[in-house]
Amino acid sequence: MPSNKSVSDAPITQFVNCRILREHKLQREDLWVREGKILDPEKLFFDEKGSADQRVDCEGLIIAPGFIDVQINGGYGIDFSQATDDVRGGIALVAKKILEHGVTSFLPTLVTSPPDIYHKVLPEVKVHSGGMEGAGVLGFHLEGPFISLEKKGAHPEQHLRSFLSDGMSDLIETYGTLDNVAMVTLAPELPNSQSVVRELTQRGITVSLGHSVANLSQAEDAVRYGASFITHLFNAMLPFHHRDPGIVGLLTSDQVPQGRTVFYGMIADGIHTNPAALRIAHRAHPTGLVLVTDAIAAMGLPPGRHTLGQQVIEIQGLHAYVAGTKTLCGSIATMDMCVRHFKQASGCRVEEALEAASLHPAQLLGISHAKGILDYGGDADLVLLDDALNVRATYIAGQEVWRKLHHHNC
Amino acid sequence: MKLIILNDYDQVGEWAAKYIRNKILRFNPGPARFFILGLPTGGTPLGCYKKLIEFYRNGEISFKYVKTFNMDEYVGIPRNHPESYHSFMWNNFFKHIDIQSENTHILDGNAANLIEECDSFEQKIKAAGGIDLFVGGIGPDGHIAFNEPGSSLMSRTRVKTLAQDTILANARFFDGDMSKVPTMALTVGVATVMDAREVMILITGAHKAFALYKAIEDGVNHMWTVSAFQQHPQTVFVCDEDATLELRVKTVKYFKGMMHVHNKLVEPLPPK
Repeated sequence: MPSNKSVSDAPITQFVNCRILREHKLQREDLWVREGKILDPEKLFFDEKGSADQRVDCEGLIIAPGFIDVQINGGYGIDFSQATDDVRGGIALVAKKILEHGVTSFLPTLVTSPPDIYHKVLPEVKVHSGGMEGAGVLGFHLEGPFISLEKKGAHPEQHLRSFLSDGMSDLIETYGTLDNVAMVTLAPELPNSQSVVRELTQRGITVSLGHSVANLSQAEDAVRYGASFITHLFNAMLPFHHRDPGIVGLLTSDQVPQGRTVFYGMIADGIHTNPAALRIAHRAHPTGLVLVTDAIAAMGLPPGRHTLGQQVIEIQGLHAYVAGTKTLCGSIATMDMCVRHFKQASGCRVEEALEAASLHPAQLLGISHAKGILDYGGDADLVLLDDALNVRATYIAGQEVWRKLHHHNC
Repeated sequence: MKLIILNDYDQVGEWAAKYIRNKILRFNPGPARFFILGLPTGGTPLGCYKKLIEFYRNGEISFKYVKTFNMDEYVGIPRNHPESYHSFMWNNFFKHIDIQSENTHILDGNAANLIEECDSFEQKIKAAGGIDLFVGGIGPDGHIAFNEPGSSLMSRTRVKTLAQDTILANARFFDGDMSKVPTMALTVGVATVMDAREVMILITGAHKAFALYKAIEDGVNHMWTVSAFQQHPQTVFVCDEDATLELRVKTVKYFKGMMHVHNKLVEPLPPK
């Protein structure tokens, strides 16, 4: 039926027969979209006397906000920390493939690298919205090089740096530019870090604590100066100790300023964190948990041996080993796998599992008015899932950008 | 009057919905002749709305050629306030069926000129050809719409100040806080509803029993405005057992005895 839309001529899509995640609950409600945004149907009905142009039957599926991955180092053979001839193409390839995992926005992550890598790679990619070509890029996550030597993990030792007298100028000299940078992971115990944390926060860049031997007091100071995230909790930091909980203690610290939340990344692939540890963190601070993949270039590749850069990697199931050894060399779980594993291991509600991959990262990045929610006026980045939380279709700005084949639904 | 006495709330909602369904189907509305329905809000008609939605989903009925006029709306709360009657109608009825927005009419409690808004509403009813079936409820003080005790039985659509009883009854929708309940409303008048070709009143619950008694067994009185319908040629009162508690046994037996006749009105219509 023709609709009379006094505000806009753009077509209106109504998703019916679905359960949407809204106000922390799955509700049996239709979802309305116009011009890439979630539309208020009551306003449409009474103010504009409008109606839907197109109906999509979701056959009972769940509609959640599209997932947001704030730590992903590459995938499908692409390593974001390599300055190849086609940086843009590499990021675009991964951006396209992760649509299949329900990811609609991400932060391409660079591990500790020499300055010339940053100088070559960073200018190549701007913050941009997603679409048919792939998930949107919200900015880079620069994990290092201002991290602790003792907790470097797999980062190359020779490229670690510390802040000299004026922290920010070291930082800018190393990275070349802070344009299109959304997050920086650093170790707050490094001298002169306070001014860096303050300045980055003021510039709207999320400061994350990680690869660090900071004690709780140093971590709390950093939070006071603006740090708001913990990079892969438990990994590459001091273990929890009952007289000095270290960075882990931020989950229950009473020194976090009023109105602020400390979020923490969890790699919920069942391998990098023992499920019992995952449960402890979740129960201590459920609203701060952010699922991340921390995926490496081997993610998405089939089982067997692959040569990636200087390394030969062997993929067995969800494990990626240095070939011929049992040494893990990174995560290869996809975001939807992480959501499913997190739900199963923690026993949380479906809504909580979905919010850990959507609402919480959006809140962390300060974009939860537009992303990570299905509120009126927000971006219509959606993931459609069945009850087992398998991704059936992905939408960006109301457009279907991926659909699982062999299923006759939306 | 027809007095339909059913066992409980759910049966009342179902009977009323079937009655409305059959009325619309028999009328056979089309693009050149709409069925004009007057509608209430509140707890009483919810069951009826749920059933009508079910009938729509089953394909038994369409609201494409139905126009609706609601009885009332609060003054001064935003249209999208969860307790506005616009929100009630959207959430409990309109969003689930195929009615077109331009065919729905609800008084605008935020209009710049409330009196003009009321007059204009009366004009719209007239322009639509008058109401075929006006469905309503009854307040514990016997009011129809917001025609509080003392409202003229000749009244038309206008602004009314709400009675204490009504504010009390509505407080449960405003966090139990009486100070949050709007004090004024726009409402159709008693005569506006009397102008409808047929009127159906739903009454459920023991707390409405005295009002029902006053409405149908006592005299026509402006203190119990529903009593006005004693003078309407086509009225149906649909109630549950609890609502009959203040009636004479004789009245109840008489109308219960006619249920087998009245139930014919809600039997499924033969397919065309």
